[in-house]
Amino acid sequence: MALPDPNAVSWYEATARQRLSAFLDAGTFVEFLGPAERRMSPHLPLFDLPRAFDDGIVTGRGTLDGKPVLIAAQEGRFMGGAFGEVHGGKLVGLLRAALDVKPDAVLILLDTGGVRLQEANAGETAIAETMRAIVDARAAGVPVIGLIGGRSGCYGGGGLIAGTCSRLAVSESGRISVSGPEVIETNKGAEEFDSRDRALVWRTMGGKHRRLIGGADAYVDDSVSAFRAAALDLIGHAPAFDLATLDAEQARLESRLVRFGDCRDATEIWARLGVNDPDAIPSMTTAAFAETVAGVTEASHDAR
Amino acid sequence: MTLAEILASLFPDGHSVVVENGLVTGGGSLDGHPLHVVGIDGTTPLGVDEALTLSAAVLEAIRAGDRAPILVAIDSDSQRMSRRDELLGLNECLAHLAKSLLLANHSGHPTIGLIYGHSAAGAFIATALATRVLAALPGAHPSVMDLPSVARVTKLPLDKLEDMAKSTPVFAPGLDNMVATGAVHVVLDPGKPLDGQIRNLIGNLPQGDHRDRLGRERGGRPAAQDVAARVAEQARGA
Amino acid sequence: METLTFRHTTTKPLGGTTSQAITGVVASGNLEVLLERILAPDSCEIAIETPINGFGDVWEAVVADFVARAQPGGLRISINDGGARPDTVSLRLLQGARLMEA
Repeated sequence: MALPDPNAVSWYEATARQRLSAFLDAGTFVEFLGPAERRMSPHLPLFDLPRAFDDGIVTGRGTLDGKPVLIAAQEGRFMGGAFGEVHGGKLVGLLRAALDVKPDAVLILLDTGGVRLQEANAGETAIAETMRAIVDARAAGVPVIGLIGGRSGCYGGGGLIAGTCSRLAVSESGRISVSGPEVIETNKGAEEFDSRDRALVWRTMGGKHRRLIGGADAYVDDSVSAFRAAALDLIGHAPAFDLATLDAEQARLESRLVRFGDCRDATEIWARLGVNDPDAIPSMTTAAFAETVAGVTEASHDAR
Repeated sequence: MTLAEILASLFPDGHSVVVENGLVTGGGSLDGHPLHVVGIDGTTPLGVDEALTLSAAVLEAIRAGDRAPILVAIDSDSQRMSRRDELLGLNECLAHLAKSLLLANHSGHPTIGLIYGHSAAGAFIATALATRVLAALPGAHPSVMDLPSVARVTKLPLDKLEDMAKSTPVFAPGLDNMVATGAVHVVLDPGKPLDGQIRNLIGNLPQGDHRDRLGRERGGRPAAQDVAARVAEQARGA
Repeated sequence: METLTFRHTTTKPLGGTTSQAITGVVASGNLEVLLERILAPDSCEIAIETPINGFGDVWEAVVADFVARAQPGGLRISINDGGARPDTVSLRLLQGARLMEA
């Protein structure tokens, strides 16, 4: 079968399986608990909802430029990529195995709205188990890299998982946040957050803002090849998981609150970061944005 | 139980725990050994400022190098839902707090969660669920999302959800369901002194993460443990 | 939810040697199709789980048309439907058969 050209495959448009097959070295992907094993959600039928053979996450191993990696990809189109019991269990099992397998990295292609409400308690607990397993892998010297650029973004507990990874690569559509726009609006009103204001959503939660404030380590084009190149680079520069790293992260985040805590909009933060024309950021090309980021000290660090 | 009652039962000889703007920090002596306390009281939402205050206290305890246990006492709201918190990277701050607690455990500090009130969503994950062992007191009511909100998102009628909640622990709010799922290890007895019960937990800390096994045994998460084990097994087989 | 199963006899086995393939995603208006080469060369079974009840005769017609066109002998085909239109179902089935012929 002819493999798709990774330069031509949009990360945002691709399914989880399409991302994986174009992302890894051709023909190296081996799936764990694949669709033919039919480990589907035991809970969705209670809600008269259709199930997926892989419960919305593909897990396996492969190589990336010859490096052995464990890898998981969430399918953002199935139930918003949300964590259910089986879905979460697959990711947890993959991360736990990293302690023995010692791959060059675990890669998580996050594409999730957070917890699947029909299985909320199982999903919430699985997210906590995932974070513990990520920390265990990192402490054992295995980098865990998050890649974010899918339809469902990275919301809810997914945002906390992202913050637990060693490194993150994000594209423009890779929104990262805990409370989604609709959740904030529903709870606090449209004056607090107008979820229909897409530009506001992108400025507040989108990939460019996260990259500028140091919430993500690489900003990439919306293509599989760009994510692949970023992942290869980040694997080689993963911070240790120790007290020095967390002390540095504490200082980094405290300084962020002191400097920007009174800002109402991302553009004010960008201006204080030294960006000359903050209003130009949203429409900036990747190359121009990379130049801007290079001038922002806060964007790049080992404090994660 | 209120926080004051908990602290009185835990530290009959007194303690240095203070509550400021809903945030709990300090410590006391359990059997002559120090016990650090951090937490969140009064159903306070956990935003960026609160998370960093708590993580600072946890990191300070690690820096002390005493390997003393850390009790995380929880009566919180969910994460603070606001434009400002998300703008400033709430996901990083909550993850940082969780990582601080997980690092404390890696560094030899037993971490014990104690939920005595509410907690939900991201606040629950960043605090109680980031401890080695999570205990609860009767009357605690952790949740992911309340049923009216679940009804809105799932577009199912509230009365149907309420009916389903009676027999389906996997999605319904409440302590019993979080026990069934394995997230809460044990429910303490408020009629007995807490110091002995906490000491007991510290003396019998689970090695590794056994929440999925508890979830299977208790019926709240029938599949998770086997699924994780199957994936891990296939990953280990070269 | 409704479960439908159709069994057909084909005049020949599906070409190619791929043992298993999956295509599509369970999402609104879409479906996933899992194909496994595990049946006798002149048999095909298609099992469908759909959240939209009462369209058994439409499924029967779409499946019969696919079997006649692709002659998918040897395949067990399993579908998780998210409420796809018949033309989308046909497209995914043919995509799946092409993957198996590789």
